[in-house]
Amino acid sequence: MDETPTQPLGRAQDELTQLDPRYKTLMRTVAAIVAFGLFIAATIAEFAIDGWTGAVWVPAVLVTAYLVFYLPMRRFAARGYSLAEERLRVVRGVLFHSDTVVPFGRVQHIDVDQGPLERGFGLATLTVHTAGSHNASVSLPGLAHEDALAMREDIRAAIRRDTR
Amino acid sequence: MHGRRTDPKGFIVRALLMLAQLVIPLGVAAVTIFDDGDFGGTLLWAAPIVGTLILFNVLVAYLQWSRLTYTVGDSDIRVEGGVLSRTARSVPYERIQDVSLEQKLLPRLFGLVEVKFETGAGGKDDLSLTYLSEAEGARLRELVRARQEDDLPVASAAESRPLEEAVPLFTMSPKRVLTFGLFEFSLAVVAVLAGLAQQFDFLLPFDLWDIEEWEQRLAGPGQWLAGLGALAQVVGVAAAVLMLGVVGVATGLVRTALREWNFRLEQTAKGLRRRRGLLTRTDLVMPVHRVQALRLETGFLRRHFGWHGLKVISLASDSGAANHDAVPFGQMEDIAPVVEVTGFALPPADLRWERELTRYRIDQVVLAALFLLPATLVSAIIGESWLWLAPLGGLVFIMLDQWWGWRNAWRALGERQLYSRHGWFTSSLAIASRVKLQSVEVSQGPVARLRGYASLRLGLAGGRLRVHGMPLDEAYAWREALCESMAHSDFGELLEKSGA
Repeated sequence: MDETPTQPLGRAQDELTQLDPRYKTLMRTVAAIVAFGLFIAATIAEFAIDGWTGAVWVPAVLVTAYLVFYLPMRRFAARGYSLAEERLRVVRGVLFHSDTVVPFGRVQHIDVDQGPLERGFGLATLTVHTAGSHNASVSLPGLAHEDALAMREDIRAAIRRDTR
Repeated sequence: MHGRRTDPKGFIVRALLMLAQLVIPLGVAAVTIFDDGDFGGTLLWAAPIVGTLILFNVLVAYLQWSRLTYTVGDSDIRVEGGVLSRTARSVPYERIQDVSLEQKLLPRLFGLVEVKFETGAGGKDDLSLTYLSEAEGARLRELVRARQEDDLPVASAAESRPLEEAVPLFTMSPKRVLTFGLFEFSLAVVAVLAGLAQQFDFLLPFDLWDIEEWEQRLAGPGQWLAGLGALAQVVGVAAAVLMLGVVGVATGLVRTALREWNFRLEQTAKGLRRRRGLLTRTDLVMPVHRVQALRLETGFLRRHFGWHGLKVISLASDSGAANHDAVPFGQMEDIAPVVEVTGFALPPADLRWERELTRYRIDQVVLAALFLLPATLVSAIIGESWLWLAPLGGLVFIMLDQWWGWRNAWRALGERQLYSRHGWFTSSLAIASRVKLQSVEVSQGPVARLRGYASLRLGLAGGRLRVHGMPLDEAYAWREALCESMAHSDFGELLEKSGA
């Protein structure tokens, strides 16, 4: 498994755009919140057991480090998108890899969402909805808010051009 | 333009249905009350209460009926109603995917229909009018269709005409329906019955699971059978199995006959029109250009007799399901003309079919073995005598299932369509138009990445379509080809254009 998104064979694939680097920090923040709970629990367990053996604490710290430092890096590296050729391509997944393409002509409506944390980082999630009943909506988190808005305008303009 | 009321007879039907809902609680109450024997005294105070309840229900039904009005406007249909809280809903003509008429038993006796305006919102959010006269229902449907076609206000009801000359595509005779019913043997019902018999055997006058008693039952007063010992036991078990079998077949027959009786599929100017049902008669039109894909299915047994079923995957919902039965049970020569009408084509003879990678199936078996083999070992060591057979049997079943599944899974990419065939017990062939897809996703789990295969998940309006175990290169090549086909058309245009 490589660090960069696998560039498949077939026709020359367009280069993927990386997500906003702030997204990595966002993922770390979310992971840190989860890890903090784990850390507290491990510390309490450590005190409950007589003597400071570290039998619980050391693995907990390792898991925390993995969740907060390593995993967001991998996840960030595995993600990417492209808008080339009038298609939205979204690549994601470290373990379960998926590579989705939605032609602009199939987009029914577009959402740009900002959660509270995302707003703090100035990020947004772009979601395109198709008429399909499975895989009906494809979402792309971790875009700079202004980029997401610009992408929405791009896709909307392309749709209007198609439908006259 | 003022609102119209629904058919007055509809109020009677509603009142009757409400009363029917009352009868059950009343019956229960009656049994518990009259249990103590003082019949006359209880009746004296119970009768006014029951009378008031009935009167109240009739009143509610009347109010509901009198407040419900519908208006057929120039650009939309509006329905206003409600006794305590008023609701008003408007549906523009362009948003109406289809108008379907449904007749349940009671409304049917009164010559009434329920008119449903399907908007693709699915299920509850659809607009429906209960109940209109059959003629009014047909007129409304015609009106909506006419407005959709030429967006011009149609002057009056005189404009609407019955559906133009309809070409029958497929009909089912009673004999065909009964044959279909035989193949619809309901295993589920048998299982449920067997389960119930075990749970509620105290309700039965005899013990269903007591083989000896069965022996006696069969043996009769003479008991000569009892002397035969083992043979009688076999006969007893056979009788139980036979009884469950008969119930299963009968359930299949009745259910199928109720659903498919007098099945008629016609080609009209507006699409495929389907009517079916014995007690609940449904009448549905599937616009041909809204057909997204076809599914050709057959069963384990019926395949050997050449029986197939054709389903149409469409945007409008068929009482919840996106699959419309177009030909529920027919030979290929019955199905071919219907396929042609939908603008799709059956796979040509020279199509290059590809198999799944054997690696994909082998990995599935290996993954199962990783769990089941240790389970077998552990249960052999610490479990009861024959417990280890269970995980081992499971593994053997999975191996057979994967092997047979591999043998029956095929895929092919045609010029205009793509095909995916799978399933071993009920074989199913999906035919999708390359243009009418919504999105394409190549996905790989950890094992798939290691071994170099992928799944292709296709976004399809109204259905699911997945192709598993493809080589990675081929999955990307398919996606490229499909995107190329999709790029040439906009979804909005797709809805207007007919054919694929």
